[in-house]
Amino acid sequence: MAQHHLQTPFSEEVIRKLRVGDIVYFDGTLFGIRDLTQIYMFDQNHEPPISLAGMPCIHTAPSLRKVGDTWEPICVGTTTSGRMDRFTPALIEKYGVRAVIGKGGLYEGSLQAMKKWGAAYLAIVGGAASLETQQIAAVEAVYWEHLHPEALYQFRVKDFGPLTVAMDSHGGHLYQGVKAEALRRLPEIYKRLGVE
Amino acid sequence: MSIFNYAIIEETAKELYIRALCDLPPDVRSALKKAYERETKPTAKEVFKAMLKAVDIADQKKTLVCQDTGLPIYMVKLGSAFHWDGSEIKERLSVGARRATQEFPFRGSSTHPVTRVNPQTSVGKNLPVLYIDFIKDVEYMEILMIPKGSGSENMSTMKMFIPADGVKAVKKFILDTFIASGANPCPPGIIGVGIGGTADLVMRLAKEAIARPVGQRNEDPEIAKMEAELEEAINATGIGPMGLGGDISTLGVHIEMAYTHITQNPVAVNTQCWPARRARARIYPDGRIEYGY
Repeated sequence: MAQHHLQTPFSEEVIRKLRVGDIVYFDGTLFGIRDLTQIYMFDQNHEPPISLAGMPCIHTAPSLRKVGDTWEPICVGTTTSGRMDRFTPALIEKYGVRAVIGKGGLYEGSLQAMKKWGAAYLAIVGGAASLETQQIAAVEAVYWEHLHPEALYQFRVKDFGPLTVAMDSHGGHLYQGVKAEALRRLPEIYKRLGVE
Repeated sequence: MSIFNYAIIEETAKELYIRALCDLPPDVRSALKKAYERETKPTAKEVFKAMLKAVDIADQKKTLVCQDTGLPIYMVKLGSAFHWDGSEIKERLSVGARRATQEFPFRGSSTHPVTRVNPQTSVGKNLPVLYIDFIKDVEYMEILMIPKGSGSENMSTMKMFIPADGVKAVKKFILDTFIASGANPCPPGIIGVGIGGTADLVMRLAKEAIARPVGQRNEDPEIAKMEAELEEAINATGIGPMGLGGDISTLGVHIEMAYTHITQNPVAVNTQCWPARRARARIYPDGRIEYGY
């Protein structure tokens, strides 16, 4: 298990060094997106007003408050990524996103896109919004405000993590591996439990 | 007849919701710490460290641990030695939950199931969920508040086995449900199990099971044995914290039981995520309130 402390933007080289099970922390820019954001982008064809190239995106519907012209984070947590799997290959291929951060992982299509283009899925610790919120130094912009809380958010983060590399750019898929191992152990577990 | 100020119920309902979201019970904290100490996989240890850190930060900043404010459940026990007005209590609990949402403020997670319009109140038709039970010979009432998050709630399931399937089928179902849930319910959580009863009762038993403090066994020795066996089996899968692999996959299996029909063999599973949130209050007729977990 290697630990990486990265800075955005992420280069392909840096992302291809990541392997499943590694721990990542990073500083810099983080974009927040969720279901409606991506429906707006991909199904309704709206170009993001800012470049996402080399940047990480996190699956979130943040709770923010507006103080004058600036936004402050109240409670920012992470949602289950699986629902947004179908948008991810385009996010990577079309917009150059190099890291997708969420909870629970993505599926085969996304894994292949990560392999082809050099991207990774970083698993955040779910349920730890208090920690996550603290690591957001500033909300730099909220694009497409009418979609709030599923708009396009630009966060500045410091020491964001710990993130576990759950899908790497070499076909590694930690969730799949863990599940496969559990199924391998199952016959023996069933026997001990007396339910085989 | 003594006069009780029912505004107290409203204030308490509000306070309980906030406490539950921000302050994890000591038994849960202790179980998480023990899990961190017992865990041997390096990645999993980092995950537990982050969980413990999140709880610390929530303490320091008096803020929510997790962003999912859940659906409010109030489990009320009324002491029979005082004449409580149940209807008034029911109304006040709903107002209290709404006020917690609007005044703290935090995200309301309730919605119309068809239009998907979110009133941002955490309540609505037939919410909050209300369970009422009774305690003999005491005057006080007790409220246990559980904000039930959706990641775990969505993994709920039940099955009506038949007696011929035996306890074997029930145990296998619990284990299989755990594996199928994977990372979704943010493990390691409390696996709440109901056995027996009717279809609706068995699901309720599973929900009552997750409300039990971690480390408390069912008083029936046969069932306590089942709880321990299933914990061992679930941990043996190696699914680990957040489904990323590790030695600790559950903080505990809790089973609640009801007698059932002679040709029924029901089982229900209700999972509670690692931030197993709950808050309790005991209210006396003279207006005194004692908070706990």
